[in-house]
Amino acid sequence: MAKGMREIKRSIKSKQNTKQITKAMEMVAAAKLRRAQEAAVAARPYTDKMKEVISSIASGSGSSKHPMLISRPIKKTGYLVITSDRGLAGGYNANILRKVLNTIKENHKSADEYAVFVIGRKGRDFFKRRNIALVEEITGLSDSPKFSDIKEIAAKAVQGYVDGTFDELHLAYNEFYNAITQVPTLKRLLPLGQIQSSGEKADYEYEPSAEEVLNVLLPKYAETLVFSALLEGKASEFGARMTAMGNATKNATKMIAELTLTYNRARQAAITQEIAEIVSGANAQQ
Amino acid sequence: MSTLRLEIVTPERKVYEKDVNMVVVKGVAGELGILPHHIPLVTPLKVAPVKAKIGNTNEFIAVHGGFIEVRKDKVVILAEAAELESDIDVSRARMAKERAERRLAQKQADINAHRAEMALQRAISRLETAGDK
Repeated sequence: MAKGMREIKRSIKSKQNTKQITKAMEMVAAAKLRRAQEAAVAARPYTDKMKEVISSIASGSGSSKHPMLISRPIKKTGYLVITSDRGLAGGYNANILRKVLNTIKENHKSADEYAVFVIGRKGRDFFKRRNIALVEEITGLSDSPKFSDIKEIAAKAVQGYVDGTFDELHLAYNEFYNAITQVPTLKRLLPLGQIQSSGEKADYEYEPSAEEVLNVLLPKYAETLVFSALLEGKASEFGARMTAMGNATKNATKMIAELTLTYNRARQAAITQEIAEIVSGANAQQ
Repeated sequence: MSTLRLEIVTPERKVYEKDVNMVVVKGVAGELGILPHHIPLVTPLKVAPVKAKIGNTNEFIAVHGGFIEVRKDKVVILAEAAELESDIDVSRARMAKERAERRLAQKQADINAHRAEMALQRAISRLETAGDK
């Protein structure tokens, strides 16, 4: 029995180590989640303001014929997929990648009909394994990404639409609801469609002209939307990791409790057996 | 003396928020001085320092592009990056300026030249903001 006991003890120790790690990861993710949420909130005024100005131009001057606002026949679709660099975040990456892959399979017959941009190592490896060519990839982003980090890939994706390389651009990311709920979302980024004007409308003067201002603003706005999706994706990543690691810690605790019980039983059995042996030995001598 | 509220916002945070007497910016169509009760206006900006006048003092903010929205008593500048005078690393900006100038002198492919040109503008704007010309 002693041998079985040693094995159980070793197994308990290994589970305790795992639990320590998952617990630490949970706490780190919780701290980072708070920071990511703050960043997402801090980015909101910029996006809101830009939307406000664009909608007042588009609705005011009747120049809503801008190519970025109206849809055209779709021959090729662009996808910009936001994933994380690191795993151990539950279904965070798997969910969004599966969604994108299914959409691609459903809507496109040949590889000429879509172009994929990807942020994050997990997404890159996923598409590479499936021999899906990537137009552009970015990995190794920090946990609190700056706008300049993704400016290039966002600008390239938007430019691809403007040049007519593809006729619509979809953004795939995990939408953040709260720490335990993140929903993989596929959203059409371009064409922007009709932007709803919200509330008060100011009669602006435009310099040099409304069209020129719109030409500058619309690509910037699209890039900004990519950035806010990235920030939301980061918040989701930490939320998902926090939940996953919390569950792992809970499971480890449960396993340790069960194993401890088995260990104690085995110990008790060994003691009982020893006593029985001693007693029978003593009886035999009488 | 009447004031207007100046806000400078980047995708990352609100860089600047203060009541000022006058704002001077460099728009794509030329330099603009904005006093309170200006007509509502929207224009893209060049990479250049923004001057905010409060009483007799001037504050400079390096704003890298973006655009300005003027309202009656409020001015909002939306830029991808903006730095206050105190946040600028002068020696780094000077190095960046030299590097960009070297690249421009070499005249490589068009994209590189464009990037170097932008980097040069940013560096000059930073140095001007920091008062080191």
